[in-house]
Amino acid sequence: MIKRRSLLAAGLALPAVARAQTVQKLSFYYPIAVGGPIPAIIEGYCKEFQAATGIEVTPVYAGNYGETLTKAVTAIKGGQGPQMAVLLAAEMHSLQDMDILVSLDEIGLDAAGKAWMEGFYPAFLANSHAEGKLWSVPFQRSTAVMYYNKAAFAEAGLDPEVFPKTWAQLQAAAAKLTKRDASGRVTRWGVKMAGDTGNAQWTFGALANQAGHVLMNQAGTEAYFNSPKAVEALSYWQGLATVHKASPDGVSNWPQLSPDFLEGNAAIIQHTTGNLTNVRTNAKFPFGVAGLPGRDGPRTVVGGGNLYFFKNATPAERMASLKFARFMSEPARAADWSIKTGYIATRPEAYETKALRDYVAGFPPADVARGFLPVAVGELSTFENQKIYAALTNNVQACLNGTKTAAAAMADTQAEADRILKPYKKA
Amino acid sequence: MIRRETLQAWALILPALVLLVAFTHWPAVTTVVDSFYSTPKGSRPPRFVGVDNYAALWDDVVFWKAFWNNLWYALATIPASVILALAMALAVNTALPGRALVRMAYFTPTMLPMIAVANIWLFFFTPDYGLFDHVLSLFGGARHNWLGEPATALPAMMVVAVWKEAGFFMIFYLAALQAMPPDLQEASNLEGGSRWYFFRRVTLPLLMPTTLFVLVNAVINAFRVVDHVVVMTRGGPNNATNLLLYYIYEMGFRFWDTAMAATLTVVLLVMLGALAWLQFGVFGKRVHYR
Repeated sequence: MIKRRSLLAAGLALPAVARAQTVQKLSFYYPIAVGGPIPAIIEGYCKEFQAATGIEVTPVYAGNYGETLTKAVTAIKGGQGPQMAVLLAAEMHSLQDMDILVSLDEIGLDAAGKAWMEGFYPAFLANSHAEGKLWSVPFQRSTAVMYYNKAAFAEAGLDPEVFPKTWAQLQAAAAKLTKRDASGRVTRWGVKMAGDTGNAQWTFGALANQAGHVLMNQAGTEAYFNSPKAVEALSYWQGLATVHKASPDGVSNWPQLSPDFLEGNAAIIQHTTGNLTNVRTNAKFPFGVAGLPGRDGPRTVVGGGNLYFFKNATPAERMASLKFARFMSEPARAADWSIKTGYIATRPEAYETKALRDYVAGFPPADVARGFLPVAVGELSTFENQKIYAALTNNVQACLNGTKTAAAAMADTQAEADRILKPYKKA
Repeated sequence: MIRRETLQAWALILPALVLLVAFTHWPAVTTVVDSFYSTPKGSRPPRFVGVDNYAALWDDVVFWKAFWNNLWYALATIPASVILALAMALAVNTALPGRALVRMAYFTPTMLPMIAVANIWLFFFTPDYGLFDHVLSLFGGARHNWLGEPATALPAMMVVAVWKEAGFFMIFYLAALQAMPPDLQEASNLEGGSRWYFFRRVTLPLLMPTTLFVLVNAVINAFRVVDHVVVMTRGGPNNATNLLLYYIYEMGFRFWDTAMAATLTVVLLVMLGALAWLQFGVFGKRVHYR
């Protein structure tokens, strides 16, 4: 009996050993959060990687960020799954808590590797550090930006070349941009921001930074919602609709914002830089891209996805995955990715390439977001991230719908967050 | 000594038994067991917590919100879709020009996948330039954020559900009506019974077995079909459209709180069991089969 079992074990181990020596195949999951022919672009990069290294990488499109997270974790918990995945940068603490990640330090970074990691924009690594280790590599990174309709600006008597820099300026401009017909029905809203599930926390993260507030500690074990600054940020959001009548009451949905903007139904939308190419292709009017205003001056939040590596991979597979990550971040490729999607190239050196330099020279809006990286903070990221997001989103929505005051909404979020994070508080 | 027939009988039911145990009974039992343990997290294994999960659920405002939402959702969609199905079946059972076309039109929503349906309705409900707002604006109607306002979001989901379900139930009613012998109608005419009297005293009682079947399905669907929630609102705004099954999905696959998901599942199972008992035990006795 024992003999048979050990034989079986040897039989099972054999292919693993063979695989460890020469990695032929890797797979990774990725989400799509913007318009455009993303799968074709990704597959192109994978083919180039195979041509260069002989390693076949199978990219698997797995839905939006939430769905990709669900699919990747389910597959890994089921005993198989990809060696790597592009997931929200902000999921770091939660993924770590599941004990499925392997850090870059553990895979092994030599001196060249360390230098390579230092070559990314620091803002894009804001959600990568924990416990003194590096957990992810920036990939499809963005910041929140404002898209605005220049024709509408001109029509409302505003200078199309100057976008508001403070909250007060934006409130005034948005009120002017809101257009009503004879019956008082709004035909064009001044500004729209997404408050739906999955996006409310990103919008709010930017607003909190605009009020000069940080929502969590670096370790991800505490969240700070019950502060006057957080309440101020939420009041400002709510006030755009209730006080200034420049934004629709209730919750606006993220997927609806681009069509709203392109239809001329919203003069300003807060969206991701990743949407730039889509807007450029489909807008029938001159449009501008601008950084987000702030209470006193421009502030924004980074967003988007990083490449994570999973524990279930063999050491050789991990090395190959890291190789793939480095391949994807090479200046020429990062530049190409930025041009084709609108995502910000993750490394300054990509902006030195001729392709991106020429592109930016011919299409200046593509370079707007990069200028706001110095005033960008990391995304809201804690343990039990999705539960915290849900608590925040529910309360933000209750506030936007007028069932809670901003102060009550923040107090309730805090109570909920404290309850959720209680097990992670170190004594 | 075991009899040969007994062995054969066991051998015959074995395939079905294996499938039932593997995919229904075993998961159900482990779900109940899991609901008494904490969620395993990375390095922390699950530990026995007794009824703590149930106590946490009792204090969970989102659970109660989803519970009441689901109750209203069921109370509104079940009668509406069943009555609508009966009305449609009666309408297309008469000699109508283009009858086949009308029948097909009524049945179309059933054939479409729910995901596609939800995406179409998403456009209907779009504020300002969606179908409903566009049509209403022609009559001077105001802007409606159908899916973004708590007051209209759940009713909007109910409308989609009724639209989708009614055609399916109509088919069963139509089949039952076609099977009804025409001499009953002739006898009633001879006796001078009005059409309403005939419908109330003859048609409706004869449709009772079908109605029970349709009701059972409608109840199950009211708790089972949440695809449109996923596509249209993801439970928002502020849980206004969160239904029990969607909340289980959120708990299990968004928050990865498997213990709470198991607890919720047990609660839903008990609820559905009670409903099934009510339907078959109480209403079933009042149904006359021929």
